[in-house]
Amino acid sequence: MEQLVYKKPDSIKDDFKITFCPGCDHGVAVRLVAEVLDELGVRERTIGIASVGCSVFSYDFFNVDIVESAHGRSLAVATGVKRSKPDKVVFTYQGDGDLASIGLAETIHAMTRGEKVTAICINNTTYGMTGGQAGPTTLLGQVTTTTTKGRCVEISGYPLKICEILKEVDGTAYVARVTLDSPQAIMNAKKSIKKAFEAQLKGLGTGFVEILATCPTNWKMTPKGAHARVRGEMSAVFKPGVYKDRVSEV
Amino acid sequence: MGRIVLNRDRCKACYLCVAACPNKVLEADDKVNALGYYPVKVNPDKQCVGCAMCARVCPDMAIEKVYR
Repeated sequence: MEQLVYKKPDSIKDDFKITFCPGCDHGVAVRLVAEVLDELGVRERTIGIASVGCSVFSYDFFNVDIVESAHGRSLAVATGVKRSKPDKVVFTYQGDGDLASIGLAETIHAMTRGEKVTAICINNTTYGMTGGQAGPTTLLGQVTTTTTKGRCVEISGYPLKICEILKEVDGTAYVARVTLDSPQAIMNAKKSIKKAFEAQLKGLGTGFVEILATCPTNWKMTPKGAHARVRGEMSAVFKPGVYKDRVSEV
Repeated sequence: MGRIVLNRDRCKACYLCVAACPNKVLEADDKVNALGYYPVKVNPDKQCVGCAMCARVCPDMAIEKVYR
């Protein structure tokens, strides 16, 4: 008798349409968040906050209520939603440009206040939707449409390390950086996302997961080659791992 | 032994599943799909073990169900 071992999560709409480019890790990240919502059994009382960037289409996939926020202000909107409806599960789904550049003030202050929300950040070292401009996390030497000779320190400074900053913020309960470059890494990423939601459900503080994702279109690489870049060049600068875990301590 | 349910019109031909499949069950089709890509197809000569690796790496959720 054959057994069903995998199916599309219920937290993904039945008539979803993936609008991302071929091989983009966003699709996997969206599915992992949906699988975690299913496993925790909180889909019916979850409110998502969409951001601006490639992650803007969250409301096209997630089978939960979604609020669209202004660029970078997702965690400010999440604060309002969570405080007015404390029984709801609130999460934001943002890119690195949204969370770490335009919305860095909102991000750090929401986490310093220890808002009981979960933030998922997709770090692909570029502004994907607008055509591959340099973002806060663009690596040194990386060629983008605005750093045509490669990012150099004299002009653009250093890439911003989000997890290293947010682990020092007192209000965060869980901070981790994960990759999606292999089936094994994807399973680890799911465990981290689950813990980030548990941090919220247990009322410990903000749960945060930074996902090192690919952007094959703007990196001008094949999906497989882009995963090799995540494993090599990107992981060398942005070291994957759990930076703070108050969930397991409780 | 296993079996997958593949929605070929959701596939965008990134072929990450082809690389992930331990038994090389998946391969590129020579006919285009509704999106204009050459999607993956199941090679009937190879045996699927139902490990669901393909479904886990697929960014487009084109592999809808996996049975074992």
